[in-house]
Amino acid sequence: MSKNMKTFEEVNYIVKSAPGFNKKLIEEISLSKREPDWMKELRLKSLEFFLKRPNPNFGVDISKLDINEIIPYLKPNAKKSASWDEVPEEIKDTFEKLGIPEAEKKVLAGVGAQYDSEVVYQNIKRQLSKLGVIFLDMETAVREYPEIVKKYFMHAVPPNDHKFAALHGAVWSGGSFVYVPENVEVPMPLQAYFMMASPGMGQFEHTLIIVDRGAKLHFIEGCSAPKYSVSNLHSGMVEIYVEEGATMRYSTIQNWSKNTYNLNTKRAIVGKDATMVWVSGSIGSAKTMLYPASILKGKGARAEHMNITYAGSGQHLDTGSKVIHLAPYTSSKVDARSISSDGGWAFYRGLLKVSKLAHHVKSSIECSALMMDNRSASDTVPIIEVMNNEADIGHEARIGRIKEEQIYYLMSRGLSEDDAKALIVRGFMAPIVKQLPLEYAIEFNRLVSMNFKSNLG
Amino acid sequence: MALLKISNLHAKVNDKEVIKGLNIEINYGEVHTVMGPNGAGKTTLANLIMGNPKYEITAGEILFDGKNIIGMPVNERAQLGIFQSFQYPEEIPGVTVRNFLKLAYDTIHPNEKMSIFDFGDMLIKMSDQLKIDRSFLDRYINVGFSGGERKKSEILQLNILKPKLAVLDETDSGLDIDALKVVAEGINNVIGPDIGILLITHYQRILDYVKPHFVHVFIDGKIVKTGGPEVAKELEIEGYESFVV
Repeated sequence: MSKNMKTFEEVNYIVKSAPGFNKKLIEEISLSKREPDWMKELRLKSLEFFLKRPNPNFGVDISKLDINEIIPYLKPNAKKSASWDEVPEEIKDTFEKLGIPEAEKKVLAGVGAQYDSEVVYQNIKRQLSKLGVIFLDMETAVREYPEIVKKYFMHAVPPNDHKFAALHGAVWSGGSFVYVPENVEVPMPLQAYFMMASPGMGQFEHTLIIVDRGAKLHFIEGCSAPKYSVSNLHSGMVEIYVEEGATMRYSTIQNWSKNTYNLNTKRAIVGKDATMVWVSGSIGSAKTMLYPASILKGKGARAEHMNITYAGSGQHLDTGSKVIHLAPYTSSKVDARSISSDGGWAFYRGLLKVSKLAHHVKSSIECSALMMDNRSASDTVPIIEVMNNEADIGHEARIGRIKEEQIYYLMSRGLSEDDAKALIVRGFMAPIVKQLPLEYAIEFNRLVSMNFKSNLG
Repeated sequence: MALLKISNLHAKVNDKEVIKGLNIEINYGEVHTVMGPNGAGKTTLANLIMGNPKYEITAGEILFDGKNIIGMPVNERAQLGIFQSFQYPEEIPGVTVRNFLKLAYDTIHPNEKMSIFDFGDMLIKMSDQLKIDRSFLDRYINVGFSGGERKKSEILQLNILKPKLAVLDETDSGLDIDALKVVAEGINNVIGPDIGILLITHYQRILDYVKPHFVHVFIDGKIVKTGGPEVAKELEIEGYESFVV
């Protein structure tokens, strides 16, 4: 763990000698997007923070991350996508095995024109506008709904929150904006996928969701098929505001190609008697730092975090959750599971804070890790800070290996060793995977089977 | 040809010889009971027939349907029709008995291609017949099962998977009388001309419900006496001590 516990030093590798990453570039970005001044100011302020702030002193090794490599993709009208020939064989192979349609493959690989979702989307759009729901790409929202966006944009996560929040604030582009009016229940899950306006996008997407009083929404981000991008840094942000009595469910599958640094920030502010549910699956990227946060601000607010992380060969996935109880009678439940195999490293990092004023809080945290072999690693660092005496906190952590006896038992019923392993892993993940939308759950299971060369469908 | 023929078998666990020259022959339609005290190597015998890689065979032969199966992987033996029921079957969290059995069934009977609905019907019928609560099928394998439920689950699997050779290891231990009857009925249910059964037990008790054709007394890695059901009676009266040479 020593690797991971660096002392506070002012390391700033990412911007060393990057003269091109400056005010002029940021202004160009803002201009090309025809943004109002306040947004340009926000970008410039963020840039300042970014240049000043040290790298995080925990998590994954980002010493090889170089901002110079992403500059070309930030410039307006830059060539954002690769050609199909440049897409690594491994990715093409996976698409093949998953049976992804041709057109979709190209979008996922960041090379094609948009997957033809227009027809579906138009239909949904009509239904939504009848309900008064606003669902737009983020850039359009900045122009068309400035008063709402300005009120909420980077308020849950301010630009000076941490270095990558600042980077995001400076260069964000794309993403979704959703506003659900009071007491409206959105009848179908909304998918971020519809908002992928151009190929190569989604590196720094910003998602802003406001679920007004008593409303209900399920939002799905990402895609279980691997997503390839020429630029190797993904630093998105999700801000969610769940108002009084509202319910929000946010499901993600992260499957970036294995060359990617995935440094994300997701945060929800949860009002009185409101409910926030995070369901996250992480399988892709080289290195990930992702800790969805719920800030329970209103009395009786609830949060549930369900997290599954699968770290394979060459991956270091540092995931977890943060729950901050600010108000009385708030409750939270965290179920985090990870699998590490083939030398992968899965790190669970959790924070639970109960403030002085938050009496009668209930919280249960459960994290379990399964290691498939001796080359793989797993760590669990749950931090719990309770500032009053009237809190009911439960915590359980388990790290284990797959048992030879389990494999033998399944093999004695005819299953091959690979199928037996895949089945045990699927069983371990099942309580979380079951929470994902069905087609994602199926694909998640299929990916596990593929990793074990198993034939289980 | 014998269904199972073991000749002069010697085997080690952790460098210690546990099986010391064992011979047994089982034909289709026969029920054999191997009885022995704790530590005689009974469970080892079951594991050797199924092919548990933890055990090392140092000499001898195991022929199944005339074919030497030593060295054959566990799952291939299962596919040939060998079934082992376990004294302490493993828990597999997150995997339901139903899904697991469908997978196992499809692997062992690849030509049947039974639909998921027909298979479900078969499971329900069998559960009812064995007086196993149907809710059992949708629970995770052995997770939170009582000792009796685990044994019943093993017997349900035996009935569904229809092996040619069933090696039942201490299926009767730790059961109350009602559960014992259910388990015995489950065994009697599969007895027939297409299967051979090797029932491994410590106690005579289950033989009140399951009638063996042959009883073998197994002590210190060897069979020391073979006979009919009367041998079990003899054991009950005299204890294992009288067989120790």
